[in-house]
Amino acid sequence: MPSISRDEVAHLARLARLAVTDDELDLFAGQLDVILQSVSAVGDIATADIPPTSHAVPLTNVFREDVVRPSLGQAKTLAGAPAAEDGRFRVPRILGEEA
Amino acid sequence: MTSVADLMDYDEVVARFDPMLGLEVHVELHTKTKMFCGCANEFGGEPNTHVCPVCLAAPGALPVVNGVAVESAIRIGLALNCEIAEWCRFARKNYFYPDMPKNFQTSQYDEPIAFNGYLDVTLDDGEIFRVEIERAHMEEDTGKSLHVGGATGRIHGADHSLLDYNRAGVPLIEIVTKMIPGTAERAPEVARAYVSALRDLLKALDVSDVRMDQGSLRCDANVSLSPKDSGVLGTRTETKNVNSLRSVERAVRFEMTRQAAILAEGGEIVQETRHFEEASGTTRAGRRKETAEDYRYFPEPDLVPIAPSREWVEELRLTLPEMPAERRKRIKAEWSLTDAELRDLVNADAIDLVAATVEAGATSVEARSWWVSYLMQQANTRGVELGALPITPAQVAKVVALVNEGALTNKLAREVVIGVLDGEGEPEQVVEARGLKVVSDDGALEKAVDEALAAQPDVADKIRDGKVAAAGAIVGAVMKATKGQADAKRVRELVIARCS
Ligand SMILES: [Zn+2]
Repeated sequence: MPSISRDEVAHLARLARLAVTDDELDLFAGQLDVILQSVSAVGDIATADIPPTSHAVPLTNVFREDVVRPSLGQAKTLAGAPAAEDGRFRVPRILGEEA
Repeated sequence: MTSVADLMDYDEVVARFDPMLGLEVHVELHTKTKMFCGCANEFGGEPNTHVCPVCLAAPGALPVVNGVAVESAIRIGLALNCEIAEWCRFARKNYFYPDMPKNFQTSQYDEPIAFNGYLDVTLDDGEIFRVEIERAHMEEDTGKSLHVGGATGRIHGADHSLLDYNRAGVPLIEIVTKMIPGTAERAPEVARAYVSALRDLLKALDVSDVRMDQGSLRCDANVSLSPKDSGVLGTRTETKNVNSLRSVERAVRFEMTRQAAILAEGGEIVQETRHFEEASGTTRAGRRKETAEDYRYFPEPDLVPIAPSREWVEELRLTLPEMPAERRKRIKAEWSLTDAELRDLVNADAIDLVAATVEAGATSVEARSWWVSYLMQQANTRGVELGALPITPAQVAKVVALVNEGALTNKLAREVVIGVLDGEGEPEQVVEARGLKVVSDDGALEKAVDEALAAQPDVADKIRDGKVAAAGAIVGAVMKATKGQADAKRVRELVIARCS
């Protein structure tokens, strides 16, 4: 039983806006399965006395003071934009598939 | 497009169906800076001037949580009678949409900072309705899109869109109710009353501007219907873009009548996001609702967990102000108000203004009469909210004091207030500039009275014969002659004295 199905890979590819061919789906599904199986080895070690970890550092409550710091400014902000108009980022038509 | 024929009469709706409500409110905190970076958190401003590598998601930029925003979130949770998490994390909500340059929104998923609370809401007739709170969690606001090329500025049919990221990353608290059953025909009223009570609470906490018109308080209303007493849960819709308290009520009512008409004909409700149209009071279909796992939430690796110590939570509890409901109860007693008088004050959003005017020296009766009647009319005429009128409680109190000193009549006082509203300065300056002093010099008044008596000898005779009521005609003539700047009571005294 593979830990990820071909359908799930297709679904994830769609969510990630990746155009994946049928051949690639077969290929990636197999590869991802190997990766997931390897990672799941961690589950064999984990027992009730080992709490799950989501961070490499044992820190909590790292806060910033609520003090304004300089922003980039409009020109610098838009300098790297593929397209800009009226001080704003210009993006292609948003609705297509869901309209 | 929904036509009237597609709607069921409201009375029939509530006779045949039970509504189920759920309300999600997003509130922008008015911290000085954004949630995860030091960019200014300010409404308006030239586009893309409050952005930095963090809120633009430049590679390598790392977020750091705004401590004040966390404090505000905890205080909101406490005010809503919630439990505060001992440990919680942020999560990434992944989606592709250009309103977030990161392609995800930093939010909280299964570990909200506050959960399991309630808010007691006062309905119009004074009944208390308890709304259970599911959770309040921290997240960040998105940027603002401008859709170009479409007929109405809408996203449908637009040729391209323009993005301003000033708002991207502004601290946002999402407050979600549990499902609210048992509202029956009062569902629209409960929805409005809840948002109104929540707005008052957030205002009292001083954590947000709570301006629905500016989007710092936004409400999404979930509505579903089930056949009366069937206990079967209906399919819900989520209506967005509800930008005023009145709209909350209208949107819920509209959805009830729309869904009922579909169900009555054997149709099915589509689970979808709908948009409220302010002008027509209707909702229109938006995008189909994505299911939860489509967002592929996972714990945010760039932010460490938040673990509020119980000491910190209790310290914050001590900073909670008097809650609006309690304050109203106290004020009602202190000012000896009837239920109706209190409701007028609340509806006019005038409690703070009246209280400040009382603080500045007026009595509560004087302060109320100015704010709830004359100034309310002025606000309506000028198309602004009462609190947005360019007059301060101190200035109102000053006008009241001038009337009490006898320096202004009520009529003149209203003119002074108009002058203040028109930007002519302080009340005293308006009095000076417009020459609005009461003619209190008896010599001048006596002269005017004598002239008026001479002009109407028959009336003068009647008064001399003891028909005191006739004095009104002379008083009127004197008031006219002095352009209303005389104290009518004093004029009347002089008329009677002259004729006896
Ligand atoms: Zn920033």
